Amino acid sequence: MKKILLGLAAAGLGTMLAFGGGAFAEEAAHNAAEPTHFPIKHPEQMKWSFAGPFGTYDKQQLQRGLKIYKEVCSACHSMKLVAFRSLSELGYSEAQVKAFAAEYEVKDGPNAEGEMFTRKAIPADHFPAPFANEQAAAAANNGAAPPDFSLIAKARAVERGFPQFLIDIFWGQYQEGGPDYIHALLTGFGETPPEGMKIPEGTHYNPYFIAAKSLAMAQPLQDGQVTYDDGSPQTLAQYSKDVSAFLMWAAEPHLEDRKKTGFRVMIFLVLFAGLLYVAKRRIWADIEH
Amino acid sequence: MSGGHSSYTPNTGIEKWVDARLPLPRLIYDSFVAYPVPRNLNYAYAFGGILAIMLVSQIITGVVLAMHYAADTGLAFNSVEKIMRDVNSGWLLRYLHSNGASMFFLAVWVHIFRGLYYGSYKAPRELLWILGVIILLLMMATAFMGYVLPWGQMSFWGATVITGFFTAFPIIGDPIQQLLLGGFAVDNPTLNRFFSLHYLLPFMIAGVVILHVWALHVTGQTNPTGIEVKSKTDTVAFTPYATIKDAFALSLFLILFAYFVFYMPNYMGHPDNYIPADSLKTPAHIVPEWYFLPFYAMLRAITFNIGPINSKLGGVLTMFGSIAILFIVPWLDTSKVRSAVYRPWYKLFFWIFVANAIMLGWLGSRPAEGIYTILSQLGTAFYFGFFIIIMPLLGLIETPRRIPNSITEAVLAKTKSGGQPAGVAAAPETKG
Repeated sequence: MKKILLGLAAAGLGTMLAFGGGAFAEEAAHNAAEPTHFPIKHPEQMKWSFAGPFGTYDKQQLQRGLKIYKEVCSACHSMKLVAFRSLSELGYSEAQVKAFAAEYEVKDGPNAEGEMFTRKAIPADHFPAPFANEQAAAAANNGAAPPDFSLIAKARAVERGFPQFLIDIFWGQYQEGGPDYIHALLTGFGETPPEGMKIPEGTHYNPYFIAAKSLAMAQPLQDGQVTYDDGSPQTLAQYSKDVSAFLMWAAEPHLEDRKKTGFRVMIFLVLFAGLLYVAKRRIWADIEH
Repeated sequence: MSGGHSSYTPNTGIEKWVDARLPLPRLIYDSFVAYPVPRNLNYAYAFGGILAIMLVSQIITGVVLAMHYAADTGLAFNSVEKIMRDVNSGWLLRYLHSNGASMFFLAVWVHIFRGLYYGSYKAPRELLWILGVIILLLMMATAFMGYVLPWGQMSFWGATVITGFFTAFPIIGDPIQQLLLGGFAVDNPTLNRFFSLHYLLPFMIAGVVILHVWALHVTGQTNPTGIEVKSKTDTVAFTPYATIKDAFALSLFLILFAYFVFYMPNYMGHPDNYIPADSLKTPAHIVPEWYFLPFYAMLRAITFNIGPINSKLGGVLTMFGSIAILFIVPWLDTSKVRSAVYRPWYKLFFWIFVANAIMLGWLGSRPAEGIYTILSQLGTAFYFGFFIIIMPLLGLIETPRRIPNSITEAVLAKTKSGGQPAGVAAAPETKG
């Protein structure tokens, strides 16, 4: 057994040396004015209430995030997979959810006369999209259709690189690449591009953008833009955090349930493994092996 | 070993009645209770059992997922999201299934490395090994097609790239690709046939697993010393000894499995697969799942033409060859000694092989450019060199260490050097 471990250690060491060489080569290829690898800057790692094995959503924060989505983001970004009924998970009562849904109009039909009609949304409806279709969305937004937000917090993550991606397994269980990325992107518009960098017309420089040096969306959130009722600071930093947390919930609504179930499963498995180990020791006690 | 005499004795009337008509209880008893296993098996030998459980787990979660899944390009992505959001415990089923695939491969790689280390493929276990390689191939096909089903960006583009391999073959390439796709590009017919095959193949795997276990029970298990079982003192009964040890190992494996499912369910996936498939937008990097990365690195390592073989065909042949070569491993190894424990040089090269495989995996996740390509080429050369040059050559020139006369002797020698009293070492076999 010792020899196997020793062998594993040697194999690991050799592999790490090779990784180190490769990573170094990657860094060397970097050019500030015309970068080839994106994002230019790695997102800052934020503290999230839903991180870690006992993470839970902060309902107040989710409610603030919903307000930002509703008042700002939803003008361009759809959230087709999220139903109004699931907003009860944000701490709203049934009546509040009903009232919230009623603020939206959805297309329905055909009715008995064969006509399509619009009606007030009910909790069973999903968030209606701001544009009729992707082509309309692209036409209204400089040729780039704004992505749907239902899964955006799981569909974006900046590579962590070696050795961080291995450390992530054992330390921190990092699964918050999505919200970290969204937060970094929303707060990253103010930065000035490095000298000599050409920014294509109609796009906006953001060193945190995952696919290029600039993107079609202008800075969407500014200080003081959205009014909070709970006394939280009305700053870009706070807005960005809140809407990122909200989008994480939208993408992974059962996160709390998952982590709670996980803890029970872990306790059971560890106890079960312990009992099996004791049983195994007893059974093998008389046998040299 | 299992052939010949059975030690099963039906006690009750009903057992006798069944035994005279269909001796299934006898088969189970002889295979999983009385079946003698070497007493010196370590935990590396637990992965066969773990794999059997993983196969069952994948089939069960998969069957339930299929009840909610819609194999249609317009519905597939949203039907998976419906499972995640609205189906009771759907998130659990889907995360168990997607992470289960990763765990399945983790276990199978360990299982194969164990076989290579202890020489489990050597006579008389060549067929056992070959059946294992067939299972591996079926697993790879199943996993690839399963990854296409959620119809995300990586699903679509992964399917496009992998089916594109076949076009590298002259004349037959294009018809094969069109047959796989059900058309000229990845589309609804592709998704439908992949779903159908993804449902079928696991049952074929189960069939080959039965043959694999049958072959195992004919030749008996190898063990860390590589010495065949010679007497009764070399073995213990499968139950309770192997059963309890395998159960303990399985429980540890399940802890790892649960850790990923409940705390890091998306760690091994790619974020792009949460974007619905779009045939007009190619992702910046198309990468397969982690367990295919070493093969992907070898595919892309061939950047040059070799005579009439262009780099594309060369890459595809290299990739298929990297699995195909496993079929002839039993005949490439010329050593008379089975286990790496007594082969100092083979042991060294084995661990370099493991490190090289991990390095190739990492290279598979990098873009194919600059230093990465060179490292991939070196890694590919070593991968094949290990099988084609090192294996045959080492068997001829290596001086193995002294091999004990029997498993029992090896076990006793180990206990003595460990400073524990040997005592009643040659414990009586508690065979029922």
